Amino acid sequence: MALKYSYYPGCTLKNKAKSLDITARKCASALGFELEEIENWQCCGGVYPLGSDEIATKLSSVRALDYAKSKSQKLVTLCSACHHVIKRVNDDMKNVPDTRMRANNYLKLDTPYCGETQVLHYLEVLRDEIGFDNIAKAVKNPLKGVKIGAYYGCMLLRPSKIMEFDNPENPQIMEDFIKALGAQSVIFPYRNECCGGHVALKSPESAQKLSGKVTRSAEGFGADMLITACPLCLYNLNKNSQSDIPVYYFTELLAKALGIDSEE
Amino acid sequence: MQRIGVFVCHCGSNIAATVDVKRVALAMLSENGVVFADDYQYMCSESGQLKIAQAVKEHNLTGLVICSCSPRMHEATFRKAAEKAGINPYMVEIANIREQCSWIHKDIEQATQKAIILARAAVAKVNLNSPLIAGKSPVKKRALVIGGGIAGIQTALDIADAGFEVDIVEKTPSIGGKMSQLDKTFPTLDCSACILTPKMVDCAAHEKITIFTYSEVENVSGFVGNFTVDIKKKARYVDSAKCTGCGLCQEKCPSKKALSEFNCGLSNRSAIYTPFAQAVPNVPVIDPLQCIKLKTGKCGLCEKVCAANAIDYTQKDEIITREYGAIVVATGFDVINLDNYDEYAYSQSKDVITSLELERIMNAAGPTKGHLERMSDGKAPKNIVFVQCVGSRCADNKGKSYCSKICCMYTAKHAMLIRDKYPDVNVSVFYIDVRTPGKNFDEFYRRAVEEYGVNYIKGQVGKVTPEPDGSLTVHGVDLIDGRQVKISADMVVLAAAIEPNASVRQLATQLTASIDTNNFLTEAHPKLRPVESPTAGVFLSGVCQGPKDIPETVSQAGAAAAKVIGLLAKNELTTNPCTAHSDELLCNGCSACANVCPYGAISYQDKEVNDHGIRETRRIAMVNTALCQGCGACTVTCPSGAMDLNGFSNKQIIAEVDAICR
Repeated sequence: MALKYSYYPGCTLKNKAKSLDITARKCASALGFELEEIENWQCCGGVYPLGSDEIATKLSSVRALDYAKSKSQKLVTLCSACHHVIKRVNDDMKNVPDTRMRANNYLKLDTPYCGETQVLHYLEVLRDEIGFDNIAKAVKNPLKGVKIGAYYGCMLLRPSKIMEFDNPENPQIMEDFIKALGAQSVIFPYRNECCGGHVALKSPESAQKLSGKVTRSAEGFGADMLITACPLCLYNLNKNSQSDIPVYYFTELLAKALGIDSEE
Repeated sequence: MQRIGVFVCHCGSNIAATVDVKRVALAMLSENGVVFADDYQYMCSESGQLKIAQAVKEHNLTGLVICSCSPRMHEATFRKAAEKAGINPYMVEIANIREQCSWIHKDIEQATQKAIILARAAVAKVNLNSPLIAGKSPVKKRALVIGGGIAGIQTALDIADAGFEVDIVEKTPSIGGKMSQLDKTFPTLDCSACILTPKMVDCAAHEKITIFTYSEVENVSGFVGNFTVDIKKKARYVDSAKCTGCGLCQEKCPSKKALSEFNCGLSNRSAIYTPFAQAVPNVPVIDPLQCIKLKTGKCGLCEKVCAANAIDYTQKDEIITREYGAIVVATGFDVINLDNYDEYAYSQSKDVITSLELERIMNAAGPTKGHLERMSDGKAPKNIVFVQCVGSRCADNKGKSYCSKICCMYTAKHAMLIRDKYPDVNVSVFYIDVRTPGKNFDEFYRRAVEEYGVNYIKGQVGKVTPEPDGSLTVHGVDLIDGRQVKISADMVVLAAAIEPNASVRQLATQLTASIDTNNFLTEAHPKLRPVESPTAGVFLSGVCQGPKDIPETVSQAGAAAAKVIGLLAKNELTTNPCTAHSDELLCNGCSACANVCPYGAISYQDKEVNDHGIRETRRIAMVNTALCQGCGACTVTCPSGAMDLNGFSNKQIIAEVDAICR
């Protein structure tokens, strides 16, 4: 029986980042797992609210988490921002009694939600549930000779104690993913620095400065392309970094390596 | 029936201002066994002690209760006074009516009531006290020093100069330790090797000192004055008696790919090697993981070239058992692993180095022959950034909570030496605080800033990014200017925290010496007994006890030696008679007591007992009274009440509790 996960796509994957969603689903079935989209999911808000008394903006995450709990499934995300928000809200529900009590008071669920659901990023599913060695075996078109820089951005890694994704200063997961596809990973020091995507509209100069650092560093160390999990990073690096280096979603390369036609 | 005298001390106004001492004395007169009670201003003074002696004589006293300060303060004083007056010292009990009563209370009525209760409990105990005789045990007149760095070397020399035999056990092939890796020492900038090497040679030449290098402590048993230690001498594959130290084997050895431990992995060494030119003993060892002969059976070149026939591929590890009266731990430190500090790119760039690595680079015998070079491309750096407190003073569990103490000074030293030798090199130092207490230390640091123009920046570094052109960008903050700073550097030096040598955990277990949460060995008292471990006969020397620089280490090493000499000068030791013993009729041999004993004092014996006419052989707990420290852990653990402690018997303690609750 195929592994089944509750899947939270998020708004961006329904329009601007459609290819992230489509390739991820196709790769999943090729690799033997299934993403079951959560019914009536709502926007996560895109930004984790830091105000400890802010409850309303956390409720959509709690609904999604409780849905996965009702199905006894792990919750899988793709977009870095959604993953960040849902993972942190889940941590609040588990470890912050006040947030837990007030969110449950609002939602009036049959049984209170207390952070039971495990939240996984799609990359974590590949690493921990499928295994990069099995992915390497499934690769039909190895990306030989391609030098790829893994761009993590900030939201997947930090705060590291809550995200528990990888070592925030020297992450390996995307590099291991790149190697599994038969390509060569390029380590560059700005791979875990912010691209400035959050100020892309408000302060384009800042966004240019920050994203330019990322692409220049990657190019300087010899990367042919960048991969990311974050729609906002992809948008910002393409629009503001003033560099021609191509940026892809990691699932697009995965689909290519697995020999999947990613056109709908 | 005891004849007890109670003596209530005023301690000036310390007690008398809060406790009505006369009422306490009066109340005691109606207690069972009390035939005399009095109060006095200073019971511990000579006239106070005389009062006690007189009362003993006049009233024919058999037991004493002193209501005074904590027994930690004056129990020994009053026991001695009792002995002088002809009473067994263990017939004295102290009621602590100062620390546990007058100092912490304000209300005179309540404090007096409490003092009366405490005194009553002490009287109840003395009623059940019986005289105890301290035993004697002989002292083996030889000391063991574990660790052959400057701490161990100094301790060994001082003990040996006093005429006692000393063995040094050092796990690496040579004594010398971390100090031998240093280039210059602060604040005088004298050459480290020049002041250390003569001491190493003195050690080797001293008729009272035996050095076991490439050796480790395997097992420790026994107790103060009588330790038995198994020392594992690892196979050297070179006969120390035959080797002349000519060095030809190292020259000819074809396996030269091993990383030199002495040069912090910055250069290679051969499979047969001495760690450095001045090694003591000057006898190489063969690294079995690198030696072609030992790995494949082919080669044997060193054997062929050795004119002294000293090479012996068949050598095996050897266990040597020796007896000691005292053991000194001088295991020193290591630089922390920097895996948790990837933001400084230590694992990503060869030009990000630790300060100890810089010592080797600056040293004429180091990997670059003393030329300041980048390890990546051999180019001379023009901009160097030092980062202080890497892993020290860390608020979370990523690093160490403590200050490593030596980094501010050695960083100032490095900065000054570089500016002196290479005036065109820019040097910046990021710091949290500059801590330079110590003789001529602050003057030294100020010279670095004022005379040598080192750019000190108060603030921390967030990230070091290697750039495609080979340079390093240091991203930091200047707290005084309140701005972010970015410095382009070609070398970054990290003042990595120091931590106790990893071997210390196992060693502490073997010695039953306690260690703190940072793996530093704990001293018996942080102020008054700083070089003694709480375990009798075990002493501490150097950084194994806490971060310290060379002068401090040498002072502590001397202090530890003085304590050892004081111990070895005695022919026999008085043992504490307050030890545990088991009732063989009650003991069921369950091992619960042995499991909790921190001193390994309990063993089991199959013994024939006569249980109300039934003769049978039973497994019974036996206490080695020389090892037992009288902590009482076994007595409260024993499920059948068979374990009891002399001087603190279960009966005595219950009597005290009854007296308090009466």
